[in-house]
Amino acid sequence: MLNINNLHVKLEEEDKQILKGVNLEVATGQVHAIMGPNGSGKSTLSYVLSGKDGYEVTDGSATLDGEDILDMEPEERAAAGLFLAFQYPVEIPGVGNMTFLRTAVNSQRKARGQDEMSAADFLKLIRAKAKDLKIDAEMLKRPVNVGFSGGEKKRNEILQMAMLEPKMCILDETDSGLDVDAMKLVSEGVNALRDAGRSFLVITHYQRLLDHIKPDVVHIMADGRIVKTGGPELALEVETNGYADILAEVA
Amino acid sequence: MALTQSKLDATEARLAVLAPGGGAAWMQAARDDATSRLRAMGLPGARDEYWKYTSPASLIAPVAPKAALFASDNVPLFDQIDRLKIVFVDGVFDADASDDLTLAGIEIDRLEAAAAADIHWAKDLYGVLETRGQSPVQRPLAALNTGFATDGITIRVTGKAAKPVSLIYQHKSESSDAILHHVIRVEEGAELTLLENGPAAARFNKVLEVDVADRARFNHIRAQGRDHERQAVTHIFARLGTESQFKSFTLTVNGKLTRNEAVIELTGDDASAHVAGAAVGDGDFHHDDTVFITHDALNCESRQVFKKVLRNGATGVFQGKILVKDGAQKTDGYQISQSLLLDGDSQFLAKPELEIYADDVICSHGSTSGAIDEEALFYLRSRGVPEGPATDLLVLAFLAEAIDEIADPTIADDILARLEGWLIRRRG
Ligand SMILES: Nc1ncnc2c1ncn2[C@@H]1O[C@H](COP(=O)(O)OP(=O)(O)OP(=O)(O)O)[C@@H](O)[C@H]1O
Ligand SMILES: [Mg+2]
Repeated sequence: MLNINNLHVKLEEEDKQILKGVNLEVATGQVHAIMGPNGSGKSTLSYVLSGKDGYEVTDGSATLDGEDILDMEPEERAAAGLFLAFQYPVEIPGVGNMTFLRTAVNSQRKARGQDEMSAADFLKLIRAKAKDLKIDAEMLKRPVNVGFSGGEKKRNEILQMAMLEPKMCILDETDSGLDVDAMKLVSEGVNALRDAGRSFLVITHYQRLLDHIKPDVVHIMADGRIVKTGGPELALEVETNGYADILAEVA
Repeated sequence: MALTQSKLDATEARLAVLAPGGGAAWMQAARDDATSRLRAMGLPGARDEYWKYTSPASLIAPVAPKAALFASDNVPLFDQIDRLKIVFVDGVFDADASDDLTLAGIEIDRLEAAAAADIHWAKDLYGVLETRGQSPVQRPLAALNTGFATDGITIRVTGKAAKPVSLIYQHKSESSDAILHHVIRVEEGAELTLLENGPAAARFNKVLEVDVADRARFNHIRAQGRDHERQAVTHIFARLGTESQFKSFTLTVNGKLTRNEAVIELTGDDASAHVAGAAVGDGDFHHDDTVFITHDALNCESRQVFKKVLRNGATGVFQGKILVKDGAQKTDGYQISQSLLLDGDSQFLAKPELEIYADDVICSHGSTSGAIDEEALFYLRSRGVPEGPATDLLVLAFLAEAIDEIADPTIADDILARLEGWLIRRRG
């Protein structure tokens, strides 16, 4: 599904290398987790994959189902099936959540040559999905993320994911800011989407999320590289011992 | 203070090509008074503080600059609304194109007819509100209008008008120079919606005097027409009585030069005045909103909401003042003027002012000028919305606070759709 090869990325504005040769392969249907110390480049990786400005790829490649995504516009990547649940979802005053989501869904359908979803079908679908995530109708009417609590914003990200049905979902610290119940809700939302044709890359600091969303593979990222890859037990090791041992071992 | 020679010359040169208007003695007196007031203040010049950001040159020139006609394939705004239509072509009332000027609860006359009558209610208003609005800031082009208006309409509303009155300004001659003056009195407890749309003329000078009596409501929505080369200077002078409501929204799409002045006086307690505008412009677009709201009564509310979207070197101007007079306690005044600059060439010049002589008031004002929020744009694009439509969504979101000032949701939706159309056309 997702193939990242020797990816080197620096900041466009300054001479600062952030990703220093990331290699990662997420097979179709799998869930991978990335853990790693603050500032190691996890969010940067997710931004570069989804096409945010401000970064320059100096070497390496990234493909989605064999297609080079790094040359695509962000909206093309989205239409190709890539989705990023933001670590910090953006507030957009004046743009209603519903309008936003309907525009997004229909833009993607259009890009894929499908018919637009009717207003009635859309409404039915979003109501059902919002209900699962305990997002009330009033929240849907509000401007995108404006006045949402931290946890509400994260749930809103998962709602968007559920509506857009991407094939490659990247979740950047979707668990941070969630209370225990919300964490369960969000995990259920994610698990409901797990399917043989869909892959996940879950960035997190805590084992807790991985109790709910069981990963097939866990990677440790440090200083712009994947320094260790293992099974779910790797996350447990981080939880108990922190990163010191792992970093010492690979140094 | 004596006028400079250049001001004197400019004023006399303009007056020389204006024909004196007719009318009964009261109208003659009002016109003569306006003309002598104009001579005393002189037409605006480039050095005038109040014209610092907008050049008055083409507005005061003896001959109007030509303006090409614009052929739009859009259905005219307000077409879907049941309304009483009053049509002016290049500033001249067109009886054939207009509806019959009778409507329950309303008394409508062409200015000419009102002026010819020895006794007419408009006598107490024509030039009167304009004169009140000349202090503390002079508005010479409004005095010129009172002195030399060639046409207009007078409307007196005694009940709830059965439908909106719609003034339609058609522009058919490339060199037309129109001076229109309308007088409106909304009597106690009465209610009127006034719609105005169209470019009017190559050059348009319009004054609207509105007297909103106690507990009356005046609702105004206008769209200024898309003929880019036209020039317009418009003034609204409004006086608000106790518990009255005044609401005015202006949409401006294109226009080489527009100066819209609103001079509003809250004279009765518990009155409310909202003035708003959404302007979108491209290239040599220049749009100026100049607003002066005076609070002179207790517990009144006023709101100024002006938003401008500028691209490709366009210029936006906002001069807005809230004056709270001594004793106007419990005033609630709000003013916001913002521009969204779609590129680095465009500019927004703003002069927000508060002048407060009462101690128990809440007044706030803010003015900002900024580009599209890149974070928000990326967020939208990451969800699959292409850059163009994503930008449009953000532009419309930026305009939302001004659009929200339109009381009628059908009209608001229509105006939004037109703004969207403008944005889409710009993207090509
Ligand atoms: N636009 C930017 N300008 C300056 N520095 C940046 C920028 N983007 C990323 N960085 C730097 O790159 C490094 C990696 O940041 P990134 O956000 O990817 O880390 P992270 O692994 O997601 O951290 P966390 O766990 O705290 O979320 C950090 O040192 C960060 O300060
Ligand atoms: Mg991060």
